[in-house]
Amino acid sequence: MAKSVAHHQADQHGHDHGHHDLESLKTLGFWIFLMTDVIIFGCLFAVYVVLRENTAGGPTAEELFKMPGVIAETFILLTSSFTSGLAVLAMHKGKLNQLIGWLAVTFVLGAAFIYLEVAEFIEMVNEGATIATSGFLSGFFTLVGTHGLHVSIGLVWMIGLILQLRKRGITNVTKRKVEVLSLYWHFLDVVWIFVLTVVYLMGVM
Amino acid sequence: MGQPTHGHGGHEGGHGSLKSYVIGFILSIVLTIIPLVVVMNDMMSKTGTITLILIMAVLQFVVQLWFFMHLKEGENAKWNISALLFAALILILVVAGSIWIMEYNMVAH
Repeated sequence: MAKSVAHHQADQHGHDHGHHDLESLKTLGFWIFLMTDVIIFGCLFAVYVVLRENTAGGPTAEELFKMPGVIAETFILLTSSFTSGLAVLAMHKGKLNQLIGWLAVTFVLGAAFIYLEVAEFIEMVNEGATIATSGFLSGFFTLVGTHGLHVSIGLVWMIGLILQLRKRGITNVTKRKVEVLSLYWHFLDVVWIFVLTVVYLMGVM
Repeated sequence: MGQPTHGHGGHEGGHGSLKSYVIGFILSIVLTIIPLVVVMNDMMSKTGTITLILIMAVLQFVVQLWFFMHLKEGENAKWNISALLFAALILILVVAGSIWIMEYNMVAH
């Protein structure tokens, strides 16, 4: 990899393109981070699946989960994955305002998702289902909470990126940043689909 | 994935079009509605439902990779895919291995 980049820099492209290859290398680096995140979530899923029957006399998944809220969260996140794709599309057309607009829509949808999730958590805790209640709930809050934390970090990141885009416009660097953020966002959507399937759907069936 | 490498001059190729994003979005909605309907209405046996919803989730993953993340595009595509395959291997070992050991091989459960 390093060899091929060096080769590109030395032989085929000028200075500008060398910079470009560095940006693409950073995107690859981010992808590798996402793959390590896959493994983190994989471990949390494994823990949850192993512990989900261990309710210690406390509430079970079937008693706790309220599907309408979860379904709303799912469609909100799916739509936000789409709108973050539209942001990338607008970026490649060079339309800065459209790009910022779609990022803002994605942000609002992501914030709505977090609001619903936090409301769900608070309701569960008020019903006496806390992280310390049972093995099942420890696994549940750790897995779903880690995903929610990722989404929250993505939201902060998105604000920062919108501010930077307003200041600097679409450059090679901000372009790479938007692409990387959109990859992160699609990735979180995929993780949520597995949360929906393994935690919620299998919990209520 | 890896789109910046396309940036030499023409920016249109290889980033997916509006059409591909819309197709991806519709597919992901359909792949979400099917398991919801099947589970909420108790339409299938337990094993059948689990198999179906897991297949739908994996297809959803493929849709996101293909239509939104553009996995196969860009000059780093083969690195992306090899990292993904390695992560998938570890994932399957961890998840399937944990379930296998904890569900079926514990003497004192």
